[in-house]
Amino acid sequence: MVQKLDYLKESPSQTAGPYVHIGLAPRAAGFDIYARELGHDITGPNAKGERITVSGIVTDGTGAPVKDVLIEVWQANAAGVYPGAGEVEPGFRGWGRVVPDFETGEWTFDTVKPGPVMGRDGRMMAPHINLWLVARGINTGLNTRLYFGDEEAANATDPVLDLIEPAHRRQTLIASVDGSGYRLDICLQGDNETVFLDV
Amino acid sequence: MTRNTDLFQRDREWHPPALTRDYKTSVTRSPRYALLSLQSSASEITGPTFGHSDIDPLDNDLLANYAKTGAPIGERIIVHGRVLDENGRPVPNTLVEIWQANAGGRYRHKNDSYLAPIDPNFGGCGRTLTDDNGFYVFRTVKPGAYPWRNWVNNWRPAHIHVSVFGTGFAQRLITQMYFEGDPLIAKCPIVNTIPDPRAIDQLVAALDLNATVPLDSIAYKFDIVLRGQRSTFFENRPEGN
Ligand SMILES: [Fe+3]
Repeated sequence: MVQKLDYLKESPSQTAGPYVHIGLAPRAAGFDIYARELGHDITGPNAKGERITVSGIVTDGTGAPVKDVLIEVWQANAAGVYPGAGEVEPGFRGWGRVVPDFETGEWTFDTVKPGPVMGRDGRMMAPHINLWLVARGINTGLNTRLYFGDEEAANATDPVLDLIEPAHRRQTLIASVDGSGYRLDICLQGDNETVFLDV
Repeated sequence: MTRNTDLFQRDREWHPPALTRDYKTSVTRSPRYALLSLQSSASEITGPTFGHSDIDPLDNDLLANYAKTGAPIGERIIVHGRVLDENGRPVPNTLVEIWQANAGGRYRHKNDSYLAPIDPNFGGCGRTLTDDNGFYVFRTVKPGAYPWRNWVNNWRPAHIHVSVFGTGFAQRLITQMYFEGDPLIAKCPIVNTIPDPRAIDQLVAALDLNATVPLDSIAYKFDIVLRGQRSTFFENRPEGN
């Protein structure tokens, strides 16, 4: 016999279900309850850097839009600093919630383009936004990243993109330049399945 | 400035797999390729923080936070517990959000059309911050079971959806709390996406008579465990933090 390790186990995940908006975005569910609903303002008014719009659609294995998805975003500011890890502009939260149009599944959010952030072993990570997707039918929330199509040089040396062995799958994380903004379509399954991360 | 560290690897055999055929919606919404495993960087070990200016004191009282003409219908309950990490350490000041059906099993959501009535005095959501020792508490009504289209005759056990943050974005967790003694738990395809029965037990809140308010509300205790953080005895934390 040996001594018993007394770690606890993480609570197992369960799907957020179709009514996740009641809890996390009640206005999208159709009612107003909180004085301050969280997740609508990623940057606050003082954020420096380039203002951008990001949009996209999440599709399932049949190609149909996932209209009940809820996406959370987490990002550094334009200087590459995460709130909590250093000084950021007052009001910069770096976090937000994105709910698509229930009719079309199209989503969009406004933010500033994040700066590069130092990764492990002193390797700089290309500018990216962390995404976490929950929905009915998703048993454990899915993590992925959004990189920027106009950051080719930085993307080419990004340590996370570099880990994706089939090089063509790296494209699934790279948002295309779309007019004045960026667009990233996320495929849960199928030929263009997005690379999801076990972070 | 917080000094966040690497997280324990998530035990993917304790969580439900992505593809669970008896929960039919997962069939087309489950990635088929393996997840790409990453060591933590600043992007994973940092996360949003919330304060008392973000929420209102009444937000954790679902008996009152949407009351228009009186209290909501249903069995008055207290749900309380702690948010801990896998090291058993409390997670203070973290945001806990819940949502649920009313006592009849109906959600206040524009997409829910179950024939049970909406309760005019019940919104069905609440939120709070854990205290310095990781404790949280909600007052609400016990949600009703409700039918859902999976097989023809599927009923969700009474449950409360729970969302928790922790300190790192990679600790983000959504799960569901069930109630001790509910015979529908064992029959639910969503519950049974979890392969290990001990993991299912971890989601069943215990009746807690010591925490009831006599002649007022019955209580259930539900502890939530987030991924643990590695110790900093060895400098294995990422650069730049
Ligand atoms: Fe539910």
